Amino acid sequence: MYVIIIGGGGVGYYLAKELLDNGHEVLIIEKDAKRCERVEDELGSISLCGDGCEVAVLTKAGIARADMFIAVTDEDDDNLAACQIAKQKFNVPQVIARINNPKNEHIFAKLGIENTVDGVALVLEHIKAQISTFPLIRLLSLEDKGLDIVMIRIAEGSLAAGKSVKDLSLPLGSVVSIMIRQRQEYQVPASDTTLEAGDQLVCLIPSGSEEAVQAMLGISTQEESG
Amino acid sequence: MNVIIMGCGRVGAELARLLDAEGHKVTILDTDASSFDKLPPDFGGTALLESATDEEGLQKANITEADAFVAVTREDDKNAMAAQIAKRIFDVPRVICRIYDPLREEFYESLGLEGISPTVVFARLLKEKLEK
Repeated sequence: MYVIIIGGGGVGYYLAKELLDNGHEVLIIEKDAKRCERVEDELGSISLCGDGCEVAVLTKAGIARADMFIAVTDEDDDNLAACQIAKQKFNVPQVIARINNPKNEHIFAKLGIENTVDGVALVLEHIKAQISTFPLIRLLSLEDKGLDIVMIRIAEGSLAAGKSVKDLSLPLGSVVSIMIRQRQEYQVPASDTTLEAGDQLVCLIPSGSEEAVQAMLGISTQEESG
Repeated sequence: MNVIIMGCGRVGAELARLLDAEGHKVTILDTDASSFDKLPPDFGGTALLESATDEEGLQKANITEADAFVAVTREDDKNAMAAQIAKRIFDVPRVICRIYDPLREEFYESLGLEGISPTVVFARLLKEKLEK
């Protein structure tokens, strides 16, 4: 596969490295000459010094034969511009944009760039996972399926404690896949398994139903906001 | 006419001054407060310290009531993003943005934006002068 990456910072560099290790052809387009040099020193001659939003630069990069285009600069407007040109002018089959400001996700979608990765949101979820008081953590979004894989923690005093799995009023289409109970092996819970405080559940829920799930757990969403 | 201008550089400030002097309602946005120094002392419009690539910033500028939106920051990408938000999300009737890169200007026109490339305009102007 021929993959063009816009932005040779930390994300672009490590992404290129992994793609190269997997045998793909990679080109990094980066404005900053010093960053280009670092890429060339460490990964070989796979960089093009220039503005990845410029049609002339992209043409020189051979965008017409690219299979995938990934924009990972730390400027959302640059990532949007580059991806729009790749997708709408050069018809690159797969286009992915990094988003730095979580508010921009729906703007990108509305402007035709649906495949986005929100770095800030990912870091936040990882930090929340380390803080035991958060009742719900999103592990992964399966955007094309409209589903999220989440970890639910049954806290002391939660409405879900003492209920069986089948009595949980999870949103339609949800699946409880794994239960992790303290000092026990993980298990696939049966529908009549009774939940206890301290249990952790890995669940599949419809995207956008996080608040409903939190309400079902009987946990205030106050500490979640902000 | 109710006009929102994004970018209070020389062009943005001059456009704001001209429109204001003709009695139009002008709101100008910039993310750098010192850029507003370029506005004349008797400027009757509104200067807002907001980004126009941000929906909230545009809402503070009452974009839903705007007749026109002009993006003239020095960065093509910011202009293009703000212009598309104004046109596609807020349905502003008239949206114009400055795009320096002539090839990219063509592309944005294909997306339905009105772009002006100073590079092309100025080169044409110079050529006309030379031919006179």
